[in-house]
Amino acid sequence: MAIFSVYVVNKAGGLIYQLDHYAPRADTEKTFSFPLDLVLRPHDERVVVAFGQRDGIRVGHAVLAINGAEVNGRFTADGKDVLEFLANPTNYPVSIRFGRHRLSSNEKLMLASMFHSLFAIGSQLSPEMGSSGIEMLETDTFKLHCFQTLTGIKFVVLADPRQAGIDSLLRKIYEIYSDFALKNPFYSLEMPIRCELFDQNLKLALEVAEKAGPFGPGS
Amino acid sequence: MSRPPGRKQENRKISRELFVLTYGALVAQLCKDYEKDEDVNICLDRMGYSIGIRLIDDFLARSAVKKCRSYSETADMIAQVAFKMYLGVTASVSCSSAAGNEFSLILDKNPLVDFVEELPAERASLCYCNLLCGVIRGALEMVHLAAEVTFLQDRLKGDAVTEIGITFLRKAEDRKHKRNK
Repeated sequence: MAIFSVYVVNKAGGLIYQLDHYAPRADTEKTFSFPLDLVLRPHDERVVVAFGQRDGIRVGHAVLAINGAEVNGRFTADGKDVLEFLANPTNYPVSIRFGRHRLSSNEKLMLASMFHSLFAIGSQLSPEMGSSGIEMLETDTFKLHCFQTLTGIKFVVLADPRQAGIDSLLRKIYEIYSDFALKNPFYSLEMPIRCELFDQNLKLALEVAEKAGPFGPGS
Repeated sequence: MSRPPGRKQENRKISRELFVLTYGALVAQLCKDYEKDEDVNICLDRMGYSIGIRLIDDFLARSAVKKCRSYSETADMIAQVAFKMYLGVTASVSCSSAAGNEFSLILDKNPLVDFVEELPAERASLCYCNLLCGVIRGALEMVHLAAEVTFLQDRLKGDAVTEIGITFLRKAEDRKHKRNK
């Protein structure tokens, strides 16, 4: 049972707080000889595995490092294009590290704003007047829960689909926000939250919710 | 208020006298800083506004109230729930306009003036508790209800009761379009 991340979105749709709570993903590093039996292709700014899943290297994993040096998007640390580098037999044997690409903070900002817009669309699509926006988004690997306060702040929690008690966790996060962010006199409204106490208390609340497991937190 | 689990039950209540004295000291300092009563009133209102915009989330988080569907519900909520939660007193509400957007909150007991009998002669038009008006105005604004909040009657000025008037400015229909739910 796990809670993966917490996002706090302000009234304008900007991300003001983000916390990734999941266990560090396992990267796989392997040495390969020419020819590479994985099929790689460029995707956005990264090189990802398209086919040839094996040994913990899954489709969708991105190339994170070559020969120990972290890649910079589609280019190696020395500036060569990754796909060209791997197509050249003289560079082998080569050690490549694969893993799930973690979202960069810019990507998170963009996704939060997109979610903010979708949330508004959700309430407008409703056949009933005065409907709330998106409250839950479900996929096979996670559930996204969203709680919008009457003041327009949204608290978004991504959790395991079997995790219960997220509603009360969202209310608890609201309390923690109103205590440690809003009551901090040096915190300006709608700005990114950089309060130690908020971080600490939020992590504590997440741990309490996780320990309670699929039955929800006890009182 | 959220409390970290496992901590000892500390006494969270602070002395009421300390709070009332602090408020009194604040008003006294403002009177020294500003000559005109109007300036002091405006300053108190602004301070109250900054408090109100933050206090509203605390109120909503702790009381878990649902969205109010009408102005009178909102006024009742302020008078009965919010005043009780923060000042320990309740106010009674009366609607004073046919349009349904002007309300009066009548306070029997006002804890902020525990130690004040009457205003000094040279400060006759000072609204001692103007901070409260600012708080209410700020809080309402954060839930997208523009309002004007003033003192209509003040015991310190010789009136029988303390009365706070709330006038909601925008109509409910306009409000629906601007709602971001």
